[in-house]
Amino acid sequence: MISARKRRVSVKYSVLKGLSYVCAGLTVAALIAIITFILVRGIAHVNLNFVFGEYKTKTPTVYPALVGTLYLVAMSVAIAAPIGVATAVFLTEYAKKGKLVNVIRVAVETLSSIPSIVYGLFGYIVFVAGGVKWGYTLLGGGITLAIMVLPTILRAAEESLLAVPSVYREGSLALGAGKVRTIFAVMLPNAAGGIVSAVILAMGRVISESAVLILTIGMVVTDVPKGLMSPGTSLALDVYYFGTAGKSEEAAAAGVVLITLVVALNLLASWLGKLLKKGKA
Amino acid sequence: MNGQKICISVRSVNLFYETFQALKDINLDITENEITAFIGPSGCGKTSLLKCFNRMNDLIEGCRVTGEITVEGVDIYKSADVISLRREVGMVFQKPNVFPMSIYDNVAFGPRTHGVSKRSDLDAVVSESLKSAGVWEEVKDNLNKSALSISGGQQQRVCIARALAVQPKILLMDEPTSALDPISTGKIEELCEELKKQYTIVIVTHNMQQATRMSDKTAFFMLGEMLEFGETEQVFSRPRNQKCENYITGRFG
Repeated sequence: MISARKRRVSVKYSVLKGLSYVCAGLTVAALIAIITFILVRGIAHVNLNFVFGEYKTKTPTVYPALVGTLYLVAMSVAIAAPIGVATAVFLTEYAKKGKLVNVIRVAVETLSSIPSIVYGLFGYIVFVAGGVKWGYTLLGGGITLAIMVLPTILRAAEESLLAVPSVYREGSLALGAGKVRTIFAVMLPNAAGGIVSAVILAMGRVISESAVLILTIGMVVTDVPKGLMSPGTSLALDVYYFGTAGKSEEAAAAGVVLITLVVALNLLASWLGKLLKKGKA
Repeated sequence: MNGQKICISVRSVNLFYETFQALKDINLDITENEITAFIGPSGCGKTSLLKCFNRMNDLIEGCRVTGEITVEGVDIYKSADVISLRREVGMVFQKPNVFPMSIYDNVAFGPRTHGVSKRSDLDAVVSESLKSAGVWEEVKDNLNKSALSISGGQQQRVCIARALAVQPKILLMDEPTSALDPISTGKIEELCEELKKQYTIVIVTHNMQQATRMSDKTAFFMLGEMLEFGETEQVFSRPRNQKCENYITGRFG
């Protein structure tokens, strides 16, 4: 009887194990399929002129989108990172456990699960058509994106701060250091690795975002933006634009540029994270 | 033991964590330039009392202290200036808690916090503190190396140096050798002998031999009460309290 039961358990075990292998395989296969597809279709079309050249009707380029993307990344990080980190410091170092903290946590959770098109709608109502009535601007898009990635940065910063051993905090306070000194000299440097990776991952989300931008920055693919108040486009929007305009080769090529940027950022994130951790060990 | 000046005086102190009473009506005087040891079974309140002396208990939510504790004549729970209290009363923790930065920056942390910024002044404080902590010879060529790269015993002495760099009058030590090997432990005990010429030391220990080797006075705690307090020699050879005798002879605890 015992052996029968054992056999049943081991069959169950093998089936589960097999299933998990199949699932893992499917995930990797899907990823490889997408990347290969984009690369095969697009790589031939990627060249210096396509990335950095002036946009002409006959030879469309992603240069305006590249500039627009950089604007958007810089703006959203410049807005979201300080606010996110400051809020995380407040939640971990100052706030007493209680209602206020719970309300903030629930708000953050909710913000992070709202679909991005809803953020886009918000940006459209507040910045473009209603509210301040700027029309389509990079600034409006940047602020909207900042609100969108704020929860990501905040939660990662909070996790990193909580992961700093409390004996460091005690050691600092016991030396007569005040709270502010303790936060800046001990807590934040130790949490820096996690915070930096979170910021870089947030940049990745900004780069890949399209729904928000369709509604806020106007998708002007032909002109390099002149400043924060001009409309613009981003790499992800260019993919959409080229795709719907029947320029599927350009779409794939823009996809290649986009994927390269995202992969590079992810590598940078893990490298910086490791570097900052190593500096401490 | 000349002068016998009282450095810390504790009067009718009770300490509560929420509703749990961790210290019950404690009265004791700690003499200047002596080593006072707190012994007793785990959870008896000795660390809680130690952490009253530099108000590290303030960090624990729901912790409440009644009664009066004066350090150098100042009622520390009436005076709001925790920072200057902690400059007077340094602390060494159970496990070495060097910051993940260089040895130099660890020791310079306190002085920098309190406004010393001239490189030559910092250099002087750092080398002097490391010498006082008996670890200078071992680390003087590696001051810019991460403090986490040296041994646990060396780290703990760097922690002592870090505390000394603030130039306190009192040094609190919470089981400072419990994470260390016997050789490192011996070094720290010898060091304390040396340090008590300049500092008043209060040490919590689970090691009876350590208390007899190091301390001038010993206080025995159990379940939040101080059952015995006196000259170490008397406490260990002729304890007045039965429970204290049972504890130090190893019958329980």
